[in-house]
Amino acid sequence: MSPRTNDSANLDLETREKPYLDSNELIINMGPQHPATHGVLRVILKLDGEKVLGTECVIGYLHRGVEKIAENRTYTMFNPYVDRMDYVAAVSNGLGYCEAVEKLMNVEAPARAKYIRVILTELNRIASHQLWLGTHALDIGAMTPLFYTFRDREEILKIFEKYCGARLTTHAFRIGGCQYETYAGFEKDVKNFLSFVAPKIDEYETLLTTNRIWLERTKNVGVISAADAIALGVTGPVLRASGVKWDLRKAQPYAAYSEFDFEIPIGTNGDTYDRYLVRMAEIRQSLRIIEQAVNGIPEGPIMAKVPKVIKPPVGEIYHSIEAPKGELGYFIVSDGSTQPYRLRVRPPSFVNLQALDVMVRGLLVADVVAVIGTLDIVLGEVDR
Amino acid sequence: MPNFVMSYLGSTVTPGEAGNQFWALIYVLIIFTGVSVAVIAMNWIERKALAHFQVRLGPMRVGPHGLLQPFADALKLMLKEDIIPAAADQFVFWVAPLIGLLAAFTVYTVIPFGPSQAVSDMNIGILFMLGVSSLGVLGIVVAGWASNSHYPLIGALRSSAQMVSYEVAMGLAVVSAVLMTSMNEKGTGTLSMIGIVQAQQQQGVWFIFKFFPLGFIAFVIFSIAMIAETNRAPFDMAEAESELTAGYHTEYSGLRWSLFMLAEYAAMIAVSSIAVTLWLGGWMRPFANLLHAPAWDFIFSLFPGLTFGSLAAIAFVGVTRMPAHSFFKIQRIGLAVFAALLGFIALLLLAIAIVGRSADASLAARFNEGIDYVYWFVLKVAVFMYLFIWYRATWPRYRFDQLMRIGWKVLLPISLGVLVVTAIVGVIVS
Amino acid sequence: MNPGMNSAFNSGMAPVATPFFFYMLSGLAIVGGLLVITRRNAVHSALALIVTLLAVAGLYLMLYAPFVAGVQIIVYAGGIMVLFLFVIMLVNIERSSKERRFNRMWPVGLAAACALMALFVSAFVKGRALFPDRMMSLPESSNTQQIATMLYGEAGRMGQYTFAFEIASLLLLVAILGAVIMTKKKI
Repeated sequence: MSPRTNDSANLDLETREKPYLDSNELIINMGPQHPATHGVLRVILKLDGEKVLGTECVIGYLHRGVEKIAENRTYTMFNPYVDRMDYVAAVSNGLGYCEAVEKLMNVEAPARAKYIRVILTELNRIASHQLWLGTHALDIGAMTPLFYTFRDREEILKIFEKYCGARLTTHAFRIGGCQYETYAGFEKDVKNFLSFVAPKIDEYETLLTTNRIWLERTKNVGVISAADAIALGVTGPVLRASGVKWDLRKAQPYAAYSEFDFEIPIGTNGDTYDRYLVRMAEIRQSLRIIEQAVNGIPEGPIMAKVPKVIKPPVGEIYHSIEAPKGELGYFIVSDGSTQPYRLRVRPPSFVNLQALDVMVRGLLVADVVAVIGTLDIVLGEVDR
Repeated sequence: MPNFVMSYLGSTVTPGEAGNQFWALIYVLIIFTGVSVAVIAMNWIERKALAHFQVRLGPMRVGPHGLLQPFADALKLMLKEDIIPAAADQFVFWVAPLIGLLAAFTVYTVIPFGPSQAVSDMNIGILFMLGVSSLGVLGIVVAGWASNSHYPLIGALRSSAQMVSYEVAMGLAVVSAVLMTSMNEKGTGTLSMIGIVQAQQQQGVWFIFKFFPLGFIAFVIFSIAMIAETNRAPFDMAEAESELTAGYHTEYSGLRWSLFMLAEYAAMIAVSSIAVTLWLGGWMRPFANLLHAPAWDFIFSLFPGLTFGSLAAIAFVGVTRMPAHSFFKIQRIGLAVFAALLGFIALLLLAIAIVGRSADASLAARFNEGIDYVYWFVLKVAVFMYLFIWYRATWPRYRFDQLMRIGWKVLLPISLGVLVVTAIVGVIVS
Repeated sequence: MNPGMNSAFNSGMAPVATPFFFYMLSGLAIVGGLLVITRRNAVHSALALIVTLLAVAGLYLMLYAPFVAGVQIIVYAGGIMVLFLFVIMLVNIERSSKERRFNRMWPVGLAAACALMALFVSAFVKGRALFPDRMMSLPESSNTQQIATMLYGEAGRMGQYTFAFEIASLLLLVAILGAVIMTKKKI
């Protein structure tokens, strides 16, 4: 199967001379200033009336050259930069980077550090999914879930703030472990959060899961088959909603994930509704993981023995983790100096965004915003 | 002079029927002002209610609890630069908001706030209302086209298709209510708005309960269609913010944009008034036929005063709950004055109710009656206004094709069926 | 009660400033009609047409035919013109405004228009008896019922125009079906 990625490049944007009454083909610029493109994505839509004939994504409005910056920074100095890619899941970005460098240096973080990492990363996954749910529902026209999710996401950000002083771009981890020991009452806070948020998830679901309008707007919208999804390299909840049981936390366990008991929720139809259900189930699984981690958190050091100046041996490494949006991979080439020779990020949003064209062809304009929302892209990560 | 004014106040016919242009003009001015105030109040209530649905506070800074926010907004909009895009059709762009506004306000000439509290009682009242309120969409369509931009154009196309598909179901639902007015000895119905309410009065039942569940189904169809007609959530496709940035008014700014908003809210009040008139007994108080003793009349005539009294009480509680910081001093005084004003109105209304009871058919009694009529009508309309806000807070937006499908494949057949069954039942019963 | 008020009540539904409104409305209708055929921009034409239709509705009101006026507003100004605008908006205005406006058939059209006008004038001149000298004052309140009686008849008796009315509605139904079949590729 060959996904029709090339068609979009051939999108005929020239307005041809049209016969007198047949000029209802429209070219519409959705973005970069548009309320539903989640940042500065520009989608050029070719429409027949309201039907989408083709799309072309124009990206790069938020390009900051993160990968190039990496070549001019030491490994330690680059660590905060990764937070700025997927800024709603900064902890996951940091985890992926730190683990990649650790793997390159052949050190391993202590068990306690791994547990702290798991707790914070899973909290961040919940925060990211909550933000996704709010904005996605807002795109489909339901205003209220946005405020509910932001209210509850606040509790997670408070925990982050207490732990490392930052709420969004946390820079929570260091190469070799964690810099900060958990604050007094951390475990209590996390447990309180768990009991606080579980009923809230049900609250979101009462607003949406069986809502007729929500069902009509999301069922059979933006369908992507498992084969298409794999061919396009789509990962994360989008892939799992198509029925592929692929989660790096299970497939290639990293951090301390192999020690926890959790399910991988999958969908069947690969439509927007299944992606919604998968993410909601993932939030619940994350709660399970956090609960196990908090209860079983071991005592001990939080930092492995890492030299002051990080100088990995010559070599290259690819390490990927399951970020909230999909597979987040770091490919690092080391020439033995203090700075990476080349650093390449495989951002889940960027790869998932490629599926947009396949998913929206033949649908209506209103579905385009639904599909952009369901892909859960963050432009900071797409453009880097 | 007082005699002259009093004769107007005591009049038992509408100014239109009396052929008195001066009095009609006064009525028009009163209604225009009243609707504008209602729109301002609605603006504030919508922001506040929506905020409380969404665990927010809403406007809090301008005036106590943001009470002056609508005025600040209006001032801002009036002072804002009024941008007309260079590629726009200047004249049509200029005239489009006026079309919507005119259509929305013209409707009010036939809305019966009471048996004589209307500008005019046209004998084709309901037909006139449907016709004129459907003209409002012209303003939207023309605005979308004149902006010469793609998003407004799509908004305009959606709006016109939406209007055409919902008008039919709406009209059929209205016809089934009009059919019910012919259930009298003469067997002739009426299209007059006042006549429709009087028919409900004579038959002793609001049409929503007539031939249950037929009246109720027609009412539900109308109340769905009227949301679509006024472009409100969940049918707000013409201005779907997340899809079309702002839909048909994307290119509008400042005063001209505020005219669109004014027209939208005025139209909402207008269609709610149609629903109230046709199915909810218009100006009649609840249980008008069941509890019709003079004592009951008196009890129900206390309601306007009590409503204002409870509003004043809420405002006074707000005064006591204000923080004792000196920063809140002015807000506190403002809210206290507002509460006192509400309390004064409450006392006035109660006084009228009490005086109007003892006096025999005097002016006070008439006045009391008039207040009752307007109060119950406005209260019923206010319930609809609140529902509009509630819908917006609760539901996602329908997609365009789904909306059309509901209009043509669900509402239209049901309303046709209800119409036919109503006719059959009516013939059998009479 | 005030005497002035009484006289107002007694006069019933006295029309006000009739000649003024007549000339205003017919003037509007004529100006609107002229604008419809002279504007290069199709949307401007459509707007002018709406003005004309509304003015005609006003004239119906003055003729004590409120039902016809209401239907005129709903059907023509409300429904049909929205569809008109819907179609016009999809047309490329830039192109169409540059095209030649009157094709070679215009003398024929002019002749037809003149013939129609001659017909109207002759009908007015010859059939004097049909047109009363002064405005008929029908009882306004029963206008809708009168139309109903004419079209559908009263109990046990067919109306004057029942047959013609039903034929016309059948014709319209056929036209609707035809339009659907023509536009829909597969039913």
